[in-house]
Amino acid sequence: MRKMTLGALLLGTLAQPVAAQLSDSAAYNPALSLTLMGQYANYHKLDELRLPGFQLGGEAGLPEQGFSLDHTELTLSANIDPHFYGQVSAALVDHDGVTKLELEEAFVEATALPAGLRLTFGRFFSGVGYLNSHHRHSWDFVDAPLPVQAFLGGGYYDDGLQLTWLAPSALFVELGAETFRGGSFPAAKGDDDVGAYTVFAHVGGDIGFEHSWQLGVSQLWAKPAERTAGHDHAHHHHHHHAAIAFTGNSDLTIVDAVWKWAPGGNLRARHLTVQAEYFLRRESGELHEAGASGRYSGRQKGWYAQTVYQFMPRWRVGLRHDRLTSDNRGSDPQLLAEAGLADADSAARRYSAMVDFSPSEFSRFRLQLTRSEIGGESGSAIFLQYIMSLGAHGAHRF
Amino acid sequence: MRKILLTMLVTSLLWADSAAARLQIFACEPEWGALASELGGELVSVFTATTAQQDPHHIQARPALIAQLRRADLAICTGAELEAGWLSMLQRRANNPRTAPGSLGFLEAAAQVELLERPQRLDRADGDVHASGNPHLHLDPRNIARVAAALSQRLIALDPGNADAYRRRGEDFQQRWQAAIATWEQRARPLQGMRIVVAHNDWVYLERWLGLQRIAALEPRPGIPPSSGHLATVLAKVQQEGATAVLYAAYQDRRPADWLAARSPVQPLRLPYTVGGSQRATDLFGLFDETIDLLLEALQ
Repeated sequence: MRKMTLGALLLGTLAQPVAAQLSDSAAYNPALSLTLMGQYANYHKLDELRLPGFQLGGEAGLPEQGFSLDHTELTLSANIDPHFYGQVSAALVDHDGVTKLELEEAFVEATALPAGLRLTFGRFFSGVGYLNSHHRHSWDFVDAPLPVQAFLGGGYYDDGLQLTWLAPSALFVELGAETFRGGSFPAAKGDDDVGAYTVFAHVGGDIGFEHSWQLGVSQLWAKPAERTAGHDHAHHHHHHHAAIAFTGNSDLTIVDAVWKWAPGGNLRARHLTVQAEYFLRRESGELHEAGASGRYSGRQKGWYAQTVYQFMPRWRVGLRHDRLTSDNRGSDPQLLAEAGLADADSAARRYSAMVDFSPSEFSRFRLQLTRSEIGGESGSAIFLQYIMSLGAHGAHRF
Repeated sequence: MRKILLTMLVTSLLWADSAAARLQIFACEPEWGALASELGGELVSVFTATTAQQDPHHIQARPALIAQLRRADLAICTGAELEAGWLSMLQRRANNPRTAPGSLGFLEAAAQVELLERPQRLDRADGDVHASGNPHLHLDPRNIARVAAALSQRLIALDPGNADAYRRRGEDFQQRWQAAIATWEQRARPLQGMRIVVAHNDWVYLERWLGLQRIAALEPRPGIPPSSGHLATVLAKVQQEGATAVLYAAYQDRRPADWLAARSPVQPLRLPYTVGGSQRATDLFGLFDETIDLLLEALQ
């Protein structure tokens, strides 16, 4: 009896109020993080990204020759109230001596929905594929793989709504659907209310303590209207096909797979990542420029596979291979060629190797060598990159 | 045949129902998983997100963890930014408001105790310093008792139908734990003033509890791997001031400790650090039994 009383006493005196919580910072200020990125690039016969058979858009491109800044990214995030979470990511980008502010993300998540649902609205990176929802500072190579550049403009974000549902199973099953304004590549603003919509599914899990995996399949339907090749801003690229516009349908299927391994499950010491994505796009519609127009239908494919191995703390090496090819038809071959969509030399392949060193979790230096064979021409590039994070550093996605 | 199938169906449904009826607990670290099992017993089903072989600072927000957090009624984690690199991503992607920060279903161990080494200034130049203080708080068993009390309260609040059972289990655990602490303190008396070197600064609470004297750390700054220059400084200090052992956790690289041991009389001492970190450390009692045994052995 005495024993029980002592126990009860301990329970009573030791317990603190249930509501007591520590938070990461006592203040109400949003978490603020700033990413500094830049590189030195040296090209040999590869001073611009030209992909025959593809109408490029978004932020597809290569860094400029010599020293240059990449995106300088500012991110603010916080819970708004018990129901909502908000995040803003803005990138400072230099273009022809003018510094522009690009709002990449400005979204709100409804976090308190029941039944495993989450609603996101505002501007955000689409959940299709694997790499698209990863911020550039967490990429394993200096540039995005060719298919991500060709099919998603280096990363597809837009204004819209996303709904995801997570199954209540031990196996990770996430289903999602999005509708977008369709304002950015691969869509382009038309008169419709909705210019793009997507559905995607991801499944994943662990095998023992050492292995984890994720598979996904996504579909993006876009209705570009008057889509021209070219960018909102540019590092280095192609303005020469800008006059020819495409109006029609652009449907993209992505299959993605990721496998990660860490000996003993301890990724601090060593770990290996293998990831691959396959892209298939079908486009059909009309090409037109002043005084000329014609039918166009295209079937374009691409994939990349990469592996990154951390062989000791702070040091990683990586290899990547990417490929593209297109099969385009047009009623007016000359117009097709002028639009950059002639598929005669559309086979593109690239090999990249990188090594990076991270003095801490917040800093990283990377050396990358790339060799490409695009449109029958071969070229090469050397990059030296730095990525530095200041302030709060949020958790990364798998 | 039909009857058998029907029976199987009903049994499986009932079984699934009874499994679902148990409180689902997501424990970020093995020590909290073990504690939840002590306090919840058969009434709870515990998933432990990490093992003793994993560095709890460096975990990825894996799909399997997101799926488990989605199912959880209660998540118990260390907090104090120990899980800064992964927990917030799990919470955002698990679509489970029951375990959101600030809710009844999220228990932060660090909020239940007084943290040591709260930094005077916050500057990343000082390495991976935690703003709230040193998060490795479970290595003082008196802290475990405090967290256990809070956890018992949460179990009662979340599953009031079984309140009496949780209360009984909680009282029983506190009894056994206080008795064990008294035994450990008795046995650990010779350890008072024992001079140690640590690999990473995750033994502070153990040092304070047992009166160990830390003279150096192998990491020049928290989270930064030891450089040869820094190791030479540590070696000089060990030679000058003397130390018995260099402590490292099951998940940490043993080479810097071995390097130091090869050049000085200091012994490399691999401690379990948490439940599952050695064969004997199968529960919280075994964790401290073994830790104290190993320290006493090193002293002889």
